Amino acid sequence: MENSIVIENLSHRFDDRYALRDLSFKVRQGEIFALLGPNGAGKTTTIRLVNGLYTPTAGKISVFGRDPVHQGSQIRQETGVLTETSAVYERLTARENLLFFGRVYGIPESSLLKRTDEILEFFALINRADERVATYSKGMKQRLALARALLTRPRILFLDEPTSSLDPESAQQVHELIESISRQEENTVFLCTHRLEEAERLSDRVAILNNGQLLALGSLEELGQQFNHGIWVEIDLFAPMESDLSTREMRGVLKREIIGTKMRVQVQEEAVIPALVSELVMQGAQIIGVRLQNVSLEDIYFKLQADAREGAG
Amino acid sequence: MNWKTIFTIAKKDLKEARQNKAVWLPVLIVPAIFVVILPLGMILGFSSATGIAQNPMSDPDFALFIERMPAFLTDLISGLDATQSGIVLILGYLFAPFFLILPLMFSTVIAAESFAGERERKTIEALLYTPTTDAELFTGKVLAGFIPAVLITLVSFIGYTIVLNAAAYPVMGRIWFPLPSWYPLVLWVSPAISLLGIAVTVLISAKAQTFMGAYQTSGSLVLVVLALLAGQATGVIYLSVVVGLLIGLVIFVVDAVLMVYAVRTFNRAKLLASTR
Repeated sequence: MENSIVIENLSHRFDDRYALRDLSFKVRQGEIFALLGPNGAGKTTTIRLVNGLYTPTAGKISVFGRDPVHQGSQIRQETGVLTETSAVYERLTARENLLFFGRVYGIPESSLLKRTDEILEFFALINRADERVATYSKGMKQRLALARALLTRPRILFLDEPTSSLDPESAQQVHELIESISRQEENTVFLCTHRLEEAERLSDRVAILNNGQLLALGSLEELGQQFNHGIWVEIDLFAPMESDLSTREMRGVLKREIIGTKMRVQVQEEAVIPALVSELVMQGAQIIGVRLQNVSLEDIYFKLQADAREGAG
Repeated sequence: MNWKTIFTIAKKDLKEARQNKAVWLPVLIVPAIFVVILPLGMILGFSSATGIAQNPMSDPDFALFIERMPAFLTDLISGLDATQSGIVLILGYLFAPFFLILPLMFSTVIAAESFAGERERKTIEALLYTPTTDAELFTGKVLAGFIPAVLITLVSFIGYTIVLNAAAYPVMGRIWFPLPSWYPLVLWVSPAISLLGIAVTVLISAKAQTFMGAYQTSGSLVLVVLALLAGQATGVIYLSVVVGLLIGLVIFVVDAVLMVYAVRTFNRAKLLASTR
């Protein structure tokens, strides 16, 4: 698969501190790639470096084979960025906002008018397109900012904390829009977020950052295998068990948690599950359900952040 | 440099500035005071002055000023009576530097809105992610302050000419304004001082966090105009055509130096420093 962005040994220093240290990863064409990390981890700095707003202290970046330091303007012609604050002109109308950005990008006037209507329609803003943005709700402003980022049909869409200031309903709306955009336009989405559920829901691959350093990279499945050894099985019981001493000593069973009629068991591999179930039945357990539990990004994330803190300490 | 982009940015900044009361209120009120209220009030005052005591020419300081003034000014009032001389010297000559407040004020208020205001509202970041170059952004924003400042000054000058000639016609009996020294002032010094206002505001905007902060600090530039006014009133400077051209030249040189520094403060990394 072709890469949209290639980052190699990237470091960036502000006056007194490193915002990024020796960062390397590739973003594939057409995927939703999430950069996950707490505030100050270096996510926004990465977007700015990739778009040529900063010059890196060390390392190399390539966007469609171009170098942002010398070809920033050409790169920005093909990218769209939703900044952390919606940053729309509140004294102008939604239509004026979009027309202004379209003209700055050099879209011909006739196609710009058509595209503006089309995108206002898509984001359900057409009915209030000629009202000043100052009168809009936060959710509407965020939709307008997203519309602006997509106006030029960018090959890479950067989303910097797209739902951080939104209420759950508006955040849900934005999530649905992002999903439908990535399905329709087949463009690369580079998502920066500190919201685990957002990254888990939307992304194909995740890179976890802390203090400007890459802690992990991969799909959720890959990260699960890498950092959360074993598989969690959730077992529903009809009634609480009196004792299950033997499962504790079973080969392949790593951990066990029982709360009333719920049992969570961590096993080394899937092959252990039939033996585990049969052992429990032998001990008189009345099993009414067995489920494989999905690996949670939250587990991986907090484990990595804790490891990073320990490492730093 | 893509001039279409530059003018798009300038037009957007002006559209935004028009929506800000703190920008357009002074743009309406100050010319109204300088162009209509002050000259009309003075002409009416001079025309209705009946006794010697009420005539400006009888003021001892003013008499001293007349006594010391150079030949080109004496020529202006030769053959005129006391009221006519008062109108020509005060509204036609001494008042001239006041007029420079207009381009200075318009350029600083719009530049403060365009540079510091956009940073204050954090809209600058979205603009920095567009394909525009730093030079195009800078030029667009400078033009947003420069073009209206020069145009409003020109329109105000035309308005002042009409008001002065019309209101003073019963006293003067002829079209007497503008005097020659006003041409370099309006066409040469005024653009120079507009650029000065913008350059200083851009430099201040690099530090100031708000539109008001930048506007108020750059407002101290009015001291340059007041110095000119005081110099003229005390007889240190006489604003002839040549002196006007020279003052304009000096300000343009200062503009050039300040603009070089202003351009250096205007790059993407520095503009983002405050939003990091």
